[in-house]
Amino acid sequence: MVAKGRIIWVSGPAVKADGMLDAKMYETVSVGESKLIGEVIRLTGDVAFIQVYESTSGLKPGESVVGTGNPLSVFLGPGIIGQIYDGIQRPLKELSKKSGSFIGRGIVTSPVDMSKKYTFVPKINVGDEVSPGSILGTVRETELIEHGIMLAPDHSGGKITNIVKEGKYDIETEIASVDKNGQSDNIKMYHKWPVRQPRPYQKRYDPTVPLLTGQRVIDTFFPLAKGGTGSIPGAFGTGKTVTLHQIAKWADSQVVVYIGCGERGNEMTEVLVEFPELKDPRSGKPLMDRTVLVANTSNMPVAAREASIYTGVTIAEYYRDMGNDVVLVADSTSRWAEALREMSGRLEEMPAEEGYPSYLASRLAEFYERAGRVKANGSPDRDGSVSLVGAVSPSGGDFTEPVTTHTMRFIKTFWALDAKLAYSRHYPSINWMSSYSGYLNDIAKWWSKNVNHDWFKIRGEIYGILQREDTLKEIVRLLGPEALPEEEKLILEVARMIKIGILQQNSFDDVDTYCSPTKQFKLLELLTIFYHSGINAIKDGASINDIRSMPIIGTLLKARMEVTDDQIDKLEQLNTEINEQFKNIKSVNQ
Amino acid sequence: MAKSGIQYSKIAEIKGPLVVVDDVDNAAFDELVEIQTTYGEKRLGKVLEVGNGKAVVQVFEGTTGLSISQTNAKFVGKVMEMPVSEQVLGRIFDGLGRPKDGLPDPIAEKFLDINGSPMNPEQREYPRDFIQTGVSVIDGMLTLVRGQKLPIFSGSGMSHNVLAAQIARQASVVGTNDEFAVVFAAIGVQYSESEYFRRSLEESGALKRSVLFLNLADDPAIERIITPRVALTVAEYLAYDVGMHVLVILTDMTNYAEALREISAAREEVPGRKGYPGYLYTDLSTIYERAGRLGGKNGSVTQMPILSMPSDDITHPIPDLTGYITEGQIVLGRDLFRQGVYPPVNILMSLSRIMKDGIGEGRTRADHQEISNQNYDAYSRAQEVRALVGIVGKAGLTDIDLKYLDFGDAFEKEFLTQAVDENRSIDETLLLQWKSASLLPKNELTKVKDKFISMYYKSTK
Repeated sequence: MVAKGRIIWVSGPAVKADGMLDAKMYETVSVGESKLIGEVIRLTGDVAFIQVYESTSGLKPGESVVGTGNPLSVFLGPGIIGQIYDGIQRPLKELSKKSGSFIGRGIVTSPVDMSKKYTFVPKINVGDEVSPGSILGTVRETELIEHGIMLAPDHSGGKITNIVKEGKYDIETEIASVDKNGQSDNIKMYHKWPVRQPRPYQKRYDPTVPLLTGQRVIDTFFPLAKGGTGSIPGAFGTGKTVTLHQIAKWADSQVVVYIGCGERGNEMTEVLVEFPELKDPRSGKPLMDRTVLVANTSNMPVAAREASIYTGVTIAEYYRDMGNDVVLVADSTSRWAEALREMSGRLEEMPAEEGYPSYLASRLAEFYERAGRVKANGSPDRDGSVSLVGAVSPSGGDFTEPVTTHTMRFIKTFWALDAKLAYSRHYPSINWMSSYSGYLNDIAKWWSKNVNHDWFKIRGEIYGILQREDTLKEIVRLLGPEALPEEEKLILEVARMIKIGILQQNSFDDVDTYCSPTKQFKLLELLTIFYHSGINAIKDGASINDIRSMPIIGTLLKARMEVTDDQIDKLEQLNTEINEQFKNIKSVNQ
Repeated sequence: MAKSGIQYSKIAEIKGPLVVVDDVDNAAFDELVEIQTTYGEKRLGKVLEVGNGKAVVQVFEGTTGLSISQTNAKFVGKVMEMPVSEQVLGRIFDGLGRPKDGLPDPIAEKFLDINGSPMNPEQREYPRDFIQTGVSVIDGMLTLVRGQKLPIFSGSGMSHNVLAAQIARQASVVGTNDEFAVVFAAIGVQYSESEYFRRSLEESGALKRSVLFLNLADDPAIERIITPRVALTVAEYLAYDVGMHVLVILTDMTNYAEALREISAAREEVPGRKGYPGYLYTDLSTIYERAGRLGGKNGSVTQMPILSMPSDDITHPIPDLTGYITEGQIVLGRDLFRQGVYPPVNILMSLSRIMKDGIGEGRTRADHQEISNQNYDAYSRAQEVRALVGIVGKAGLTDIDLKYLDFGDAFEKEFLTQAVDENRSIDETLLLQWKSASLLPKNELTKVKDKFISMYYKSTK
């Protein structure tokens, strides 16, 4: 039975309709004469409370509301990669064909090009038993993505009675038939999945592989693991978006889902302009060939902002199920929380802290729990991961506000952006004292095996210098730098070098924007060599001013920009140069 | 929508800026309402909420003098629209878009919904054209780009209007002859401030390509909700239909947010921070996001909203939420202002997010980004050293620290400071940036590539 009712009340994105006895919770409905898309979020008697995903301007009581019978779902099949969608998976390009430069209302479009033909390569044979989630065949979606056509996770499975031969088909073609207890079912290249329901998997693994981003302060100091969760809170102007763009660009994953949730329109445009021109550092193919964008900018309807997060994470899980590592970047979860708050206010629910609904924490927890490295359902065996990175925009830059504090409970890597660092143009402005990563020990093995067995030790040593400097800074603030003994002045000097030469990274510099793990390690190692040589030199009577005037310092600080990833041998040569310049100091002092 | 001209006599309630109309059976959300009194006065309003036979209407001119028995409400059957045509150029309107200069209504070419529609991000064109404002600190370190929204965060009494007027007079895109217009919206500001702006445009001959919308401090507060929207509707028309490059100045957005708070309080909504409604961010974004460029269209809308930070507090909800939406901010500093520095821009707290895309080789100069980064870095270090001098005196400083002090002074005196009518070219600005940076030893310039140092570094000794 499809629900059919009438609008009785309108206020902003919130609509009440009566005559809705047959409506289900979270069912999508068509609202009013302009057929706006909405979702049922509360039922009281025959009155349904609906959040509308489009502007309700001009809507009036008496207009009709018709149920669809289905929960809010996304379309999952080939053609998603490279698209830019709004919060409810309508492709923005198609919307512009129908309503021009500004977004119109009540427009229904297909999420992908249904007429496009793909070369389908079957991976199973007639007679095979297939279980839900199994891959039936593959198509090449983009140069970077081999798309596995899967039996939907909610399908019952069965015996294959028919499968098409290798060839070109559009996605509406029935490519296989599955028989279970005499009931035959024809399978197409796509299926739908409700966004608020996590896609199932066989089992979860511990995250032990780092998600490499090419950003030194992240990879070396506060790493994220594949299948892990991270959060990046910061006041405005601290560089959240630039850091998130860097992760989306350089993360070593196969698929990136970027959600612009209540943020700036131009930022989405920037991704759209930039990504097709940027090359994936590993494959050399355009980054857009692995990226999906979900854009619900701040001035687009607020309810669709709430949906955009779920739309994005469901797409991410779908590509995970094919056996990919997927990174999902959500900018910003605070705007999503604000959308929850706005709807909650209109529902007249009892507010908790700062007007946010009491279920804010559980919604955040549900979202971050959809991350993970898993073994997918069905055959063949394949592992995939979804890593979640969420930006938080705390009001007034205050990390004690509800969205930040609740998020911290559910994530393991915390990159705290610091307005003070940003004001002094220390970018990325990730504060090294208040950030943390819960994955450090888990992924240390990977580094010692793949990069250098001393990685953990040297990282610890460099981080130790930063911690020492933090304490010494207090003394300097009271007594001035000249009050310190020479060894401690050296700590300050080396800490300065770490900050400029390693922690800072220029996203807009062609070389510095991405730093390979090997280069990261080499730069770290050079600074420890410098530090040890410095201690020895001071013991032998050198002064800190002798050390400060060494030309090698400038070279070390600029190495991040001047030495490319394939010139690691140049960094090796700096070892010798450090030694020689320190010898010179010694000979002068003797 | 409602059939035009249906009269409702029954007003059930008047509270603050709102009236509740009874026995409504055909009104739409957001619809325009005409409020008429039996003694012939006419006001405008819009529907905030409709249902169960009632409509909550916000009255732009306020409810002072309205009575329940002598007031009628008429639902007009459409949302509020602004008549637009090229004739609006050179005109002065009130905060609701009605002529205020004694001239007749301009002949409308079309009527546009003042709320606009969200721009499709896929259809936006990324802003890349460098606007030379002739103000060194902006061109050099906070570059303005066509289609950007870059607010000025100021405090009461500071020279934000002088700076905005200077930018409006001097702004140009080097090497082009594109048509340029200024849309100025005064939102609850004093007469003298808006008059300063008008005169400044008049003296520079820019008034005939400007449109002014004035809601002054003694005009109805609720009208302020509409003023930026009618101004932006005209700006969008001039940009996308006529093809002009439009600079929109909205001053003061703090008054706008306060009007919004007043309505929210009257509706008894759950407040967010400091009593401002929880949807303040979303509401502000429907104003600020109307800046931009569109693919396939010639014109652009560049926004420069001005807001005064209550007690100079940048974490106050209004500057805070604005900063999250706009593409950077120009923050004026009380200290510099007290020292008589003009423009008193606190560069460390300021930022232009799109700068990187509007500068560099082929736009300004290849070293622009790096020398600007270097000066940010050095100025921040100079500030640290200044703080240290207060404690340990100059004697406790290292030689390098002393050089940073020199840098800080030179930077403020020669680069930052300039006259109100001084229009510096980008080459002069870059020269001054290198002049300050050259006070530091080469080894300290860690943000600049060696090749640029050898090209532009000029030791003073």
